[in-house]
Amino acid sequence: MHELSLVEAMMSSVAESAAENNITRVVRIKIVVGKLNLAQPELLRFAFNALQAGTIFEGATLEIEERPLVMRCRKCGNTCAPEYPAYFCSLCGGRVEVVTGQELYIEHYEGETGGDGDKDGAKGSDGPAAPEG
Amino acid sequence: MALKVVMGQRLLKANEQVAAENRTRFAGAGTLVVNLISSPGAGKTTLLERTLPWLRDKFRIAVIEGDMYSVRDAQRIAGYEVEVVQINTAGVCHLDAPMVARALEELSEARYDLLFIENVGNLVCPAEFDLGEDLKVALLSVTEGADKPAKYPLVFQSARAVVINKSDLLPYTDFELETVVTELKALNPELEVFLLSAKTGEGIKEWCTWLEKLTGRKQAASRSGTG
Repeated sequence: MHELSLVEAMMSSVAESAAENNITRVVRIKIVVGKLNLAQPELLRFAFNALQAGTIFEGATLEIEERPLVMRCRKCGNTCAPEYPAYFCSLCGGRVEVVTGQELYIEHYEGETGGDGDKDGAKGSDGPAAPEG
Repeated sequence: MALKVVMGQRLLKANEQVAAENRTRFAGAGTLVVNLISSPGAGKTTLLERTLPWLRDKFRIAVIEGDMYSVRDAQRIAGYEVEVVQINTAGVCHLDAPMVARALEELSEARYDLLFIENVGNLVCPAEFDLGEDLKVALLSVTEGADKPAKYPLVFQSARAVVINKSDLLPYTDFELETVVTELKALNPELEVFLLSAKTGEGIKEWCTWLEKLTGRKQAASRSGTG
């Protein structure tokens, strides 16, 4: 059940970023989870649904991109996608390393900004930029 | 207005930041920090009970006990004349760096030579959470079966040492010691492997001598300002 802690960490990071970007409601989050992290997508979704009531995440969906375990031989370059981590290359016996499967990050989120609109035009006025010097 | 924000931020970044703060603090104090990880019942607390009498006259030692509930482990450790703080995670299956930072505030002295953090019994989740330790030590008892390194590779890959406990029970199990050691070394070639029995004391000396060496090194690094 480290899924609960992972989702709490995700929500706190996104909430921080949302505050910086004047986002008052988050509608969608996409995370990338490698298979080696042993985090179950259904438990991540369950935790997210359980924690979102009364927050800026209420009603938001969680998209999870799972990355399979892919390993590559350091010696001959052969790649394989074993169910469990392999230690040695099945072709040449060389040591293998993880290519994908260790990812655990927030790719992006989508939200809506506060509806005041009184800051429109604050960024970049239309007038020609005065050349410096 | 709808807005898409691309982050690419590691999920556990907040934990990693606090872990880095803990690590800086331990480096300044010259404290060697050992994060003990195993499944429930592998013998983490019993190993500490064997280890503390070996090392407590040589070093200032503290222990942080992590359990979901109860202060049983802390009560056991308190009998060994070292300082101990119990963390109850109330259902959370692992310790994280902020929990350890709070536990540090409970310790009475500012400097220890050696700090053991006994994680919550679990081979999966504790491997994900950096606490700011110098090294992870994974325990594996022979009664759990030889398939654990293959099934829970993350913890054994990130460990600096593996203690294979309950060696006194080897004759009564089908634990294939040589196969397990070969598999462990394949996962992590630099891994130190100790075979011992925390119950009988067999093999404890080698384990404690290794800890002594690492603790001494950390102190030296701290004194010379490179730690």
